[in-house]
Amino acid sequence: MDENMKYPPKFFLSVDDFFKYILGIISGLVVLTLFFMVLELFRHSLPVLSLKFVFGVNWNPVVGSEEYGILPYILGTMVTSVIAIVVGVPISLGIAIYLSEMAPNFIRTTLSFIIELLAAVPSVIYGLWGLFIFRFWVRDFIEIPLSKYLGFLPIFQGEPFGLDILTAGLILAIMIIPTVASVSREVLMAVPNSQREAAYSLGATKWEVIRLGVLSYAKSGIVGAAILGLGRAVGETMAVTMVIGNAIGAAALPTSLFKAGQTMASLIANEFNEADPTSLHPNALVGVGLILFVLALTVNLFAQVLVWRILKIKEGAVE
Amino acid sequence: MIGMNKELLSVSSKERVNQTYKIETENLNAWFGTKQALKDINIKIRANSITAIIGPSGCGKSTLIRCLNRMHELVPSAKVSGKVFLDGVDIYSKNVDPVIVRRRVGMVFQKPNPFPTMSIYDNVAAGLKLNGIRDRKRLDEIVRKSLEQAWLWDEVKDDLDKPGASLSGGQQQRLCIARALAVEPEVLLLDEPTSALDPIAASKIEQLIVSLKRDYTIVIVTHNMQQAARVSDYTAFLYLGRLIEYDVTAKIFSNPREELTENYIAGRFG
Ligand SMILES: Nc1ncnc2c1ncn2[C@@H]1O[C@H](COP(=O)(O)OP(=O)(O)OP(=O)(O)O)[C@@H](O)[C@H]1O
Ligand SMILES: [Mg+2]
Repeated sequence: MDENMKYPPKFFLSVDDFFKYILGIISGLVVLTLFFMVLELFRHSLPVLSLKFVFGVNWNPVVGSEEYGILPYILGTMVTSVIAIVVGVPISLGIAIYLSEMAPNFIRTTLSFIIELLAAVPSVIYGLWGLFIFRFWVRDFIEIPLSKYLGFLPIFQGEPFGLDILTAGLILAIMIIPTVASVSREVLMAVPNSQREAAYSLGATKWEVIRLGVLSYAKSGIVGAAILGLGRAVGETMAVTMVIGNAIGAAALPTSLFKAGQTMASLIANEFNEADPTSLHPNALVGVGLILFVLALTVNLFAQVLVWRILKIKEGAVE
Repeated sequence: MIGMNKELLSVSSKERVNQTYKIETENLNAWFGTKQALKDINIKIRANSITAIIGPSGCGKSTLIRCLNRMHELVPSAKVSGKVFLDGVDIYSKNVDPVIVRRRVGMVFQKPNPFPTMSIYDNVAAGLKLNGIRDRKRLDEIVRKSLEQAWLWDEVKDDLDKPGASLSGGQQQRLCIARALAVEPEVLLLDEPTSALDPIAASKIEQLIVSLKRDYTIVIVTHNMQQAARVSDYTAFLYLGRLIEYDVTAKIFSNPREELTENYIAGRFG
């Protein structure tokens, strides 16, 4: 053996160690940035943070009579996200089941590719489409019939207009479908065939196989995919801002799906430009950001844990 | 005895289907893509008998039993030709629903495949629920009986709500046996059911298999010659996808007709 190989020249650090530490420092910086971001958000919002900020409904940035309550926007975020999940997840799951369990190979590859592409469409494009086309469909085909037949329900009060909470929720549903569908498809495709065979051997029909052998195995991964979608819906800004109607204050309380509303993200997008730096308005917007950040982080953390859990089950199971 | 052997061995397509045979195959061929895994298999399996299938690794044992309950066709690119009669009805004919076939012909796979996220109880009850049995008391009874038969009850009776994945490999295999028994199929196909088990559990499973003969027709794939000799009434020797010899077990092990069979049993190859 070469002497040099046996005794590598002694530098301060070996090349391997050098890269190890460099990469370690970079990773550390990312974590540090995140930490300081939260710290800054917190520091700037400190002047407005209070129970009244979180539970208040009035929003008035006029100096002298300033008042900042963000409950309507928290609720607006929640309601639009819930609509997105309730509508988007079943459709995504249907697509995933079709792609993984039923589609012939050719259709599977093409359709999966197209769905992945949809995830790359910038959200402002969804917003434009929502503003110029989709909102009229929502008004004519969903809201007007709902208002006609179920108009007595509190959530369907008001004149259908198409720029409202329902449209925003449905746009979000469409926007999360690519993510939720492709993650779910991957989760379903990761289910070992021996699981399907186990169900078949008990005399299961195709649908029973999907339920018994596939979905039961993949359920926590699917929940993870759904929460990943929820994370996207909670933070989505541009498209929502363009179709939600941008109400302010108590008027933004989502009491009816046919009302103009506001989410935390859309509020920031609407007002950051005109906030008077001498007032508390910027601090209030940062405060909204902080709460949105915490919410999105929690949701994503939850999703990660669930996806991680299904991977663990997969390793533990005998294949 | 001799007469019966002849009868077993000579299958002609024109022969009338005899009701004492639970399963009969007629020129059964099976492929994976272009690779032919089974070649013109003709075998008659008597009701309430135990038939062992032996042969070297890769000779087509698993493929053969998977053709008997229409599992083979689930593999993409797999193909089958020929006929398989179950009680005289060709299970590959157009108007036969494979779901019904699989309810009547149960299977335990070579690799244990419990439903890992489902509880032990739900694993055993899964097939029963497919059959529409919802009555909790009845389910409890069958789950218990099946687990007792599979020699697993004592080990899991306090953990019935734990997930299937929490069991050891051998326990999982016994859970799969219990799951297959719970639906009480008429035919039970066992693909090396004891290969993952310790000797005590294996001998319990062997006892179980023998005791099941009264109610079931059993086909068992095994690499263990002693096991084949101990439990089976008939033995089929497969080699490179062909059925080389099929006879009463005692005959195969004492005085096989084919030299190939003799060499295999003597451990000279495979
Ligand atoms: N999914 C598959 N795709 C392609 N070829 C396969 C597949 N499964 C089995 N084969 C091939 O078919 C032949 C028969 O396989 P089979 O599993 O029936 O053998 P076996 O007798 O059960 O072997 P073992 O004792 O190892 O379980 C083998 O040559 C194998 O390579
Ligand atoms: Mg095999």
